[in-house]
Amino acid sequence: MTNPSIEAVNLSKTYGSFTALSNLNLKIEGSKCVGFLGPNGAGKTTTLKIFTDLIRQSSGEALINGNNVHTHKKAALASVGTVIETPEIYPSLTPTEALSMIAAIRGIPHSERSKRIEDVIVEVGMQEWAKKRVGKFSKGMKQRICIASALLSDPTIVLLDEPTTGLDPRGMSEVRDIVKSLKKKDRLIFMSSHILSEVADVCDEVAMIDHGKLLVYDTLPNVTAKFAGGANIVEVELIRPIDSSVMERSVAVIQGVVSVEKKDDKNLRIKYGGGGLEIQEKVLSDLVRLNIGVVSYKPASSALEESYLNLIKDTL
Amino acid sequence: MSAAGHKVPGSIAQVGVVMRYSFLDYLRSRRFVILLVITFIIGGLLTGVVGYYRPAGFLGSPLSFLSGWWGLSVTLITVLSGIFFGGDAISGEFQNKTGYFTLPNPIRRSSVYVGKWLSAFTASSIILFIFTAITLANAFYYFPGMSIPWQFGESLLFAWFYLVGVLGFTFFFSSLFKSSSYSILITAILFLFAFNLIDTIVSAFAQVEPWFSITYGSQIIGNILTTPYPDHITKVAAGFGPRAGAAATFTSYNVTIPEGLAIIGIYFLVTAALGLILFERKEFN
Repeated sequence: MTNPSIEAVNLSKTYGSFTALSNLNLKIEGSKCVGFLGPNGAGKTTTLKIFTDLIRQSSGEALINGNNVHTHKKAALASVGTVIETPEIYPSLTPTEALSMIAAIRGIPHSERSKRIEDVIVEVGMQEWAKKRVGKFSKGMKQRICIASALLSDPTIVLLDEPTTGLDPRGMSEVRDIVKSLKKKDRLIFMSSHILSEVADVCDEVAMIDHGKLLVYDTLPNVTAKFAGGANIVEVELIRPIDSSVMERSVAVIQGVVSVEKKDDKNLRIKYGGGGLEIQEKVLSDLVRLNIGVVSYKPASSALEESYLNLIKDTL
Repeated sequence: MSAAGHKVPGSIAQVGVVMRYSFLDYLRSRRFVILLVITFIIGGLLTGVVGYYRPAGFLGSPLSFLSGWWGLSVTLITVLSGIFFGGDAISGEFQNKTGYFTLPNPIRRSSVYVGKWLSAFTASSIILFIFTAITLANAFYYFPGMSIPWQFGESLLFAWFYLVGVLGFTFFFSSLFKSSSYSILITAILFLFAFNLIDTIVSAFAQVEPWFSITYGSQIIGNILTTPYPDHITKVAAGFGPRAGAAATFTSYNVTIPEGLAIIGIYFLVTAALGLILFERKEFN
């Protein structure tokens, strides 16, 4: 199977004199999770709506796996699962019926349909509600069914538009876990979000957009290294609790480390001097050598936030 | 072909899927129950009034009974069904955001449009046939052992065809607006008041045949129950005093059957096509 890909080629969208999207060129290829960031009105949802044929571009092309979404919608969206805004489901249907409809539209054979629907309902934690009518569901419950619908055909590409918007903290956390679990399979996930910590937590790469123009598209470490200014912070997760004295004696003295902060027994925030990926790599290798049980090492969301603010500020 | 190797069905098969599930939604909806109640109220009122007053015009023959009963009420039932099931069929996809669930899938908008039209047609047909059953039950009560006049069969087919036209029209307005209440309100005003008013004004005062009006075309539903079929043009002199006859002449038009069928058919073809084009072009902003 070829690498999943989505590509915007000179993609523009105008509403009268207002330009929502201006010559967007962006190619994302391979199994990864890409966060799509930008302020309100930047063009994120417009882009995702063009990629799902909910709106038409004014010029340019939106391609999914090489297929033009507008002219060859069925081919383009055959292997794509989407949740755009907060969709509503026909209120008299149950989740099982609504998902059966989508399964039938997508051509999932009868023999597999029930099992597949059951699986995705379990995946989004809605098994108790599978036979109840959707009309009475909360926004969060409907959002889960929509996520289930996006996963139904086991897509290679998942497009999510602010999937946690409107959810309570627990719902947000659960949806984040679902998105993380999506990464376990070979999928391209393209997710717009306002929540930078969410993107830092879930995504491998980020694309930032403002005033309809792409500002940057790169890996998360590269973006934070290039644009976070002095605030180079990484978050480190440990498999076992670390003693404060070990932290002071061993971690704080690593060359390049400016300060170490203990978020809790198993999580550290390390601020390092200078910049760039080289110093990040050196700090990581020194931490591993300390044998303190490093299981995760990633740029802090605050670094992404600073990158974001620096980039967006430049376009104001 | 999807990621899991599933072949996406053809558009006609997808029409069937949309029809099946939106029909299920209609069937369980409050509006279906409300329309059912309205149908029974109209049927019940007619049963009560005819039973109590026993009007001679109704009870002369099975055909006159059906003409009075059915001819008066079936177009209202048909129009109400069209408004209830078609009025927001497409605008609801935008306003209620159900389109965000269905359309970002490998399915053409035309399949959704046609599927929803067919489900609205099926749900409306159920209402129409329930009213037919109420009508015939009353007819058999007053005329035991009667054979159903062939004109009634034709009238039922005309009513069913009128339903096709009404739904084409309501789907057009439903595609025109993104607000469900606008589309329902405008179709209701047009069918319940505006068209009838225009028909009367144009024919009686301007003395022009209202061939452009779908409600004029729908006259075939009631006219076929009249024997002989009414003249196409009737002129009535009206006025007061000794020179009454010369004061004014009012013209009334009765649509012919081919003309009525053509009007309804053209209404359906034009409005359904326009509605589809609008839906294809409309954006989910």
